[in-house]
Amino acid sequence: MLMKMRVSSFVLIFGLMGLSAAFADSSQCPVEADVQWQSEPMHPDLSDLPSLQRGFRHYVNYCLGCHGLQYQRYERTADDLAIPHDLVEEHLIFSDQMIGQQITTAMPEASSTWFGVAPPDLTLVAKLRDPQWLYNYMNAFYIDPCRPFGVNNKVFPNVGMPHVLIGLQGNQRAVCTDVPMMAENGGEARDPLVPGRVLTEEQCGVLQVEEGTGTLNEEEYRQFTWDLVNFLHYVAEPSRMDRYRIGVYVILFLIFLAVFTWLLNREFWKDVR
Amino acid sequence: MRAGTPELPPSFLARGVAWLDERFPLTETWNYHLARYYAPKNFNFWYFMGALSLLVLVIQLGSGVWLTMSYVPSGEQAFASVEYIMRDVDMGYIIRYMHTTGASAFFLVVYLHMFRAMLYGSYRKPRELLWLIGMAIFLVLMAEGFFGYLLPWGNMSFWAAQVIVSLFSAIPFVGESLATWIRGDFVMSGITLTRFFALHVVLIPIVLIALVFLHLVALHHVGSNNPDGIEIKRNKDANGIPRDGIPFHPYYVVHDINASVIFLILFCLVLFYAPEMGGYFIEKPNFEEANPLKTPEHIAPVWYYTPYYAMLRAATFPLFGLDAKFWGMVVMAVAILIPAALPWLDRSPVKSIRYKGRWSKAMLGIFVVSFLVLGYLGTIAPSPMATLAAQIGTMAYLSYFLLMPWYTQVEKIKPVPDRVT
Amino acid sequence: MESISALEAPERRRFLIGATAVVGAIGVAGAAVPFVRSWAPSAKARAAGAAITVDIASLAEGEMVSPIPAWRGKPVFIVRRTSTQVEELESPDDALADPDSQRPQQPEYAQNNWRARRPEIGVFVGVCTHLGCSPKFYGAPSEEGIDPAWEGGFFCPCHGSRFDLAGRVVSGVPAPSNLEVPPYFFASDTLIVVGEDSGEVVA
Repeated sequence: MLMKMRVSSFVLIFGLMGLSAAFADSSQCPVEADVQWQSEPMHPDLSDLPSLQRGFRHYVNYCLGCHGLQYQRYERTADDLAIPHDLVEEHLIFSDQMIGQQITTAMPEASSTWFGVAPPDLTLVAKLRDPQWLYNYMNAFYIDPCRPFGVNNKVFPNVGMPHVLIGLQGNQRAVCTDVPMMAENGGEARDPLVPGRVLTEEQCGVLQVEEGTGTLNEEEYRQFTWDLVNFLHYVAEPSRMDRYRIGVYVILFLIFLAVFTWLLNREFWKDVR
Repeated sequence: MRAGTPELPPSFLARGVAWLDERFPLTETWNYHLARYYAPKNFNFWYFMGALSLLVLVIQLGSGVWLTMSYVPSGEQAFASVEYIMRDVDMGYIIRYMHTTGASAFFLVVYLHMFRAMLYGSYRKPRELLWLIGMAIFLVLMAEGFFGYLLPWGNMSFWAAQVIVSLFSAIPFVGESLATWIRGDFVMSGITLTRFFALHVVLIPIVLIALVFLHLVALHHVGSNNPDGIEIKRNKDANGIPRDGIPFHPYYVVHDINASVIFLILFCLVLFYAPEMGGYFIEKPNFEEANPLKTPEHIAPVWYYTPYYAMLRAATFPLFGLDAKFWGMVVMAVAILIPAALPWLDRSPVKSIRYKGRWSKAMLGIFVVSFLVLGYLGTIAPSPMATLAAQIGTMAYLSYFLLMPWYTQVEKIKPVPDRVT
Repeated sequence: MESISALEAPERRRFLIGATAVVGAIGVAGAAVPFVRSWAPSAKARAAGAAITVDIASLAEGEMVSPIPAWRGKPVFIVRRTSTQVEELESPDDALADPDSQRPQQPEYAQNNWRARRPEIGVFVGVCTHLGCSPKFYGAPSEEGIDPAWEGGFFCPCHGSRFDLAGRVVSGVPAPSNLEVPPYFFASDTLIVVGEDSGEVVA
């Protein structure tokens, strides 16, 4: 079933390519500069194992088709994320790879020509970019029939990647809509005549998902991308939590040692004073 | 042995030392360099930096040797082997972060060590040679850092090295072929990587250790300077021991051990909690493998080279028929080398800043500010304002040195006491 | 002042020197930990040394699996003994150095006369216990440079050590102990997993 899912994402990609070619009509294309996007904070949490486990699963199902994690091994990932080995072998390794091997993509070499450039390996992407950027990137796709894949991205304009998660998120479009007006103090402006009423104004280029076009609702999709980015943050440096943990002991020990060296120093320097 | 007598038999240790002393100058060396090496008793914070740079040298040698055990110096595998160290080698990430943190720590303590010499005139007679050996160490350290920075084979490694090697092409006539010769290829490649590796792990460390040894020999011959800039050897007691001196061992040994532990606390805070230091110790584009077809949006060297890099970029106009690129290289070379002339630029009758006049203090202040500002400018993308600031900064930096023969002679100095304070 | 040394120092001084030295030594030992541990087999080496699966469906009696499979980079000898050979192994003669496999050269389940899970299938690490050469397999009595009375087994050409068909070393040769039996189990009737001794035994 999982294999099917991955195949379907390929079908989706090429479906989108065809779609955009058929319906390209420049009058319908949003102007990238007009699209509004407010960067949202994203603070990864490596202690949230369920999130990392979900992120790993999402990655294998939706990303690994094109993007490998060539420096990271399944076994290490399973151990760090507390997933039993047999579960990983059964549900997360699609190829005939062994659990001790690296998480490489199943994508054939020749496929690099499909997208113009080879899809990059993502082991270190959360260090090359940063988690917040990745999270916003995954949320900032919008329909643009003039682009080869029928979508564009506000965070990474003219990106050469299709919106693989569009089936989950649904069609996000730049629309004109009423939004709350900002008061001078930064809060929402309220109608001075009607108590409690929030003043609104029409704003264009706001990204909104067409209801019912995605299998996840807005909150679920955010959680999905959050887990994915959290996992990418883990995979960029799997030893990070070890490092934090060991560091405490090392520094406490050094402080303990410093007490002795300080006393020793003070003792000898009594001669000099 | 005769039991019950108050005289104790020579211990096993003492007999061993005696055996060795007949064959090797063990006690003699110990006394000469430590137990009877009399150092001024008024050392302050700045005098820790020498010992700390030795400590960092040891850290770098240890972690470096261990890194070579897992690192693969080839264009195809270098980047992957670094990730191998970070993930697959047990605790390999600690060893690697030791080395990256150590590189920055090395420059930090060496810069502070050099600044100490400028504060208290430690380069003045009879310590000119000591200072020159120190300058040689600094140059070799810069080379060591530069060669080492290419080895992770990240995209910033690649392009930073590309830029620095291209500097040589600014030399008239022979420049282009010289740059190609250094690379061994027409661009930076695996061939360049392999030779930089050999230089970084074999040749330069040997030279560095030899120079550090000479630095210590020269230091213990002339004796340490101190914050007052007074020669303690001029005032000795009946036994020939300087009245203001104390034996290095145990007093400065316990002093330096204590400082080393404090330093290691700070070092480990960085190592375990901020090894990338927000992109200043390990730069973001270096998490992408070297790509000769894709320059990072903004190339900046690691922080410890940025003051000189800013001065390199500050030269933007041709002069005397030679282009700006050439002058940039000249300015940078002068900026790096000019401190070597300090023993002859400083004409002040006193050594220490404590007794120098207002001019010296002001110029030293200008020097520090210009060095820090240039260091910052070297990290940011060039802009007209930044270039102008870098030009002013370069002038300020150079004027500290070039005007020194003048301002150290005209200013009013304070009287120097006979004994250290 | 220079006369002050650790030995002449007053009590407190001596205590502080000792305490600092002890705590400092602990620190040095701690700092050595990553350097020591980084020499252990890395994840890469462990992955390369993972268990292997060998198909013995086509292995004839008196033969050894060929080409020789490798586990952790070492040759693995998998042989199928004839029924005669199996019987002969049941009564080990006095010429063996360790006929009852007392030395820990095999997993518990292989501490029997055949040194195997199944009497007819022998699995050994093909490295001589003398100096690490790889012995040759003789599936039948052979006279080639060897005692004519020898029933076959493993012969190391480097220094002439001999082992019987259960990998037991013959006494009077340089090799000190029997061939090592790696952990293994039968994943099915014809599939052997070498390198792990977990899993259900299909006997």
